[in-house]
Amino acid sequence: MKLLLKGGRLVDPVSDRDGIYDVLIEGDVVARIDRDIAVDRDAAILDVPEGAIVCPGLIDMHVHLREPGQEHKEDVASGVASAVAGGFTAVACMPNTSPVNDNASVTELILERSAQANRARVYPIGAVSVGQHGEQLAELGELRDAGCVAVSDDGHPVATALLMRRALEYADMLGLLVIDHCEDQTLKGDGVAHEGYHASVLGLRGIPGEAEELMVQRDVTLAGLTKAPVHIAHLSTRGSLRAVRDGKARGIRVTCEVTPHHLTLTDEALGDYDTNTKMNPPLREAADRDALMEGLRDGAVDVIATDHAPHHADEKAVEFDHAPFGIVGLETCVPLVLDRLVHAGVISIGRFVELLSVNPARLLKVTGGSLTIGRPADITVLLPDLDVTIDKKKLRSKSKNTPFGGWRLRGGVGATFVGGRLVYCNDDTPSLTAWRELRKARSPNVPGR
Amino acid sequence: MKGSGGTGQGSVGVRDQGSAEGPRTPTVTALENRHLLGIAELSAEEIRLILDTAEAMKEVGERQIKKVPTLRGKTVVNLFFEPSTRTRTSFEIAEKRLSADTLNIAASTSSVVKGETLADTVRNLEAMAPDAIVMRHPSSGACHLLARICRARVVNAGDGTHEHPTQALLDGFTIRQHKGGFAGLKVAIVGDLLHSRVLRSNLLLLNKLGAQVVACAPTTLRPVGLDRMGATATSSIDEAVQDADVVMMLRIQLERMQGHFFPSIREYYRLFGLTAARLQRAKPDVIIMHPGPINRGVEIDSDVADGPYSVILEQVANGVAVRMAVLYLLTGGSEGPS
Ligand SMILES: [Zn+2]
Repeated sequence: MKLLLKGGRLVDPVSDRDGIYDVLIEGDVVARIDRDIAVDRDAAILDVPEGAIVCPGLIDMHVHLREPGQEHKEDVASGVASAVAGGFTAVACMPNTSPVNDNASVTELILERSAQANRARVYPIGAVSVGQHGEQLAELGELRDAGCVAVSDDGHPVATALLMRRALEYADMLGLLVIDHCEDQTLKGDGVAHEGYHASVLGLRGIPGEAEELMVQRDVTLAGLTKAPVHIAHLSTRGSLRAVRDGKARGIRVTCEVTPHHLTLTDEALGDYDTNTKMNPPLREAADRDALMEGLRDGAVDVIATDHAPHHADEKAVEFDHAPFGIVGLETCVPLVLDRLVHAGVISIGRFVELLSVNPARLLKVTGGSLTIGRPADITVLLPDLDVTIDKKKLRSKSKNTPFGGWRLRGGVGATFVGGRLVYCNDDTPSLTAWRELRKARSPNVPGR
Repeated sequence: MKGSGGTGQGSVGVRDQGSAEGPRTPTVTALENRHLLGIAELSAEEIRLILDTAEAMKEVGERQIKKVPTLRGKTVVNLFFEPSTRTRTSFEIAEKRLSADTLNIAASTSSVVKGETLADTVRNLEAMAPDAIVMRHPSSGACHLLARICRARVVNAGDGTHEHPTQALLDGFTIRQHKGGFAGLKVAIVGDLLHSRVLRSNLLLLNKLGAQVVACAPTTLRPVGLDRMGATATSSIDEAVQDADVVMMLRIQLERMQGHFFPSIREYYRLFGLTAARLQRAKPDVIIMHPGPINRGVEIDSDVADGPYSVILEQVANGVAVRMAVLYLLTGGSEGPS
């Protein structure tokens, strides 16, 4: 079976393409990319709408799928449905499940559920330490062989410098990236919001930016010592970014990601004690947000990742102190980034693709990041001019914990292809009617919309 | 010293931040919000309305029969998640003087541990159709949550380290009684600023009414952005007390020792305790305030707490009048206090 994506602006920084191209998909791979591919009788033709962008599938390297253990918040199936609706063809999921993904059986379960759901690709991330307790290295070799693409104790930092050193050395031997959630626990204390004017006024216990920065500095130093790569998860402060920048300048293998919410909100959003503004790291100050934007522009920031953290409505409908940290992010990422960063002139669309596809693929050493003949056809179609209003009720994620409900944004996802299959197609777009019909004809029993 | 006279109150007629002086004609006759969550949501005019109403309520407390039918048939629930005999009793007396039916619920936060959320508790209370819920809660913003989920009027009786609006109102009432107004006053607030909801509410109130606030604490017990919150910060109590019209002491919670905020009670007292000698620097007609309960010999000496400048017990008495005023204005009593 052949699919021909006809017309449309193809943006693929790796192959240095930015222009109107046709893309021919045969089976599950990209068969041809050319200016004008002659229409083939046995190919279904999908006209790419005017102004749409065809790019390598987006990859979110930091999500929480909550399965096993907290399926009331999310499971692998709902998580990947949310992912493809958000334009992601692949997600890497953090190991803070219950039980923790610190052994092959949990990794295998996640991969099995992912195969059943059959939407976005799922790349499990294993734990650095047994139970994420920060005491003893998990069997990283077994985790890699079972399918983990990186290791992290996300939710917690790797607490001691010695364990972090060993993790970096050992994981590098196995070709695994160590991703660290940077936070000095003693300085964070029982803080619930960024330590600053707004938390002071609201009487919320503060978490200083320096709690993160201290740990980032430690990790950069240890990456220098071990010559192994380290990736800083959800970096949120100017001080942390400075540490990463300095490390890069010294040739240390340090990379980092930032989230859409740290790029679009500040601690001012805490105003009404909306527990959907409670996240970890907390929303920082305008100067931090501006520094992160600058980092996107100049290359200090490598990746945009959502830190998709689903929580049940009941768990968030409590006092700010008691609410869990985190928000869902898979389905709000593209509209936020297109509207607030691309349309606002902070980054180009080429840089968008680097941050959301090229670099995550490179760091995790997984398929994708570019459209290559003979490689899997993981493709995202963006509609940069689509009017999008974030509607919590319509989110595919089981959880609706987002502070962006009601936001009107310019730019959204048109369609998502994973391995040549059209796994998501936007319902609200008349120009994609033919696409939706094709999708219905191909997979009559695909659940959901 | 005791002068709630007309001239004094005239000078209170300062519109926002003390710009224009005006005659004492009430510019507002009702509160705009359904709830009293904090001083932050009140305008200067609304604060004055509450203080003026409290004036009339205070008179009720001076009668032989201290009861008016104002809130007859209304139900007020006092929902306290933190023990506070002082505040709860004050509200209860206020409610009884207004003839409201009252219900005291000492909810333990351990109910949260047992799985019952604040929302669950409130849903159960709603079945009793209360007209107002007075809540004390250890979490900042808990009253905002309550206001979102319940039909009754919400009065914040202290939420975490956020606000304690009726305390600030009774402090304001007491200050006005002694000083006539607020414009140009120097108010020193001394103690644990970081964890104090009394500080936050008083800062808002005093700023809105045109007083100048100097806040004094060890640097470890100061919130970030104190200057932006409207106070000049110092770590010298001598500097804070210098020429002060009002010295407001805040309680030091002894369990704070564990957070490394200060080395010992002894050292705290040495550096920050209010002694008679230190008080010499203040204006001759200074008043000493404290929201209570007092740690004698920690933040304040007994002879100061019980001395001639102390208005601490008046604060307690005024608390009832102010809380009557708030409940009256919020629940829209059908009959006035007289
Ligand atoms: Zn994390």
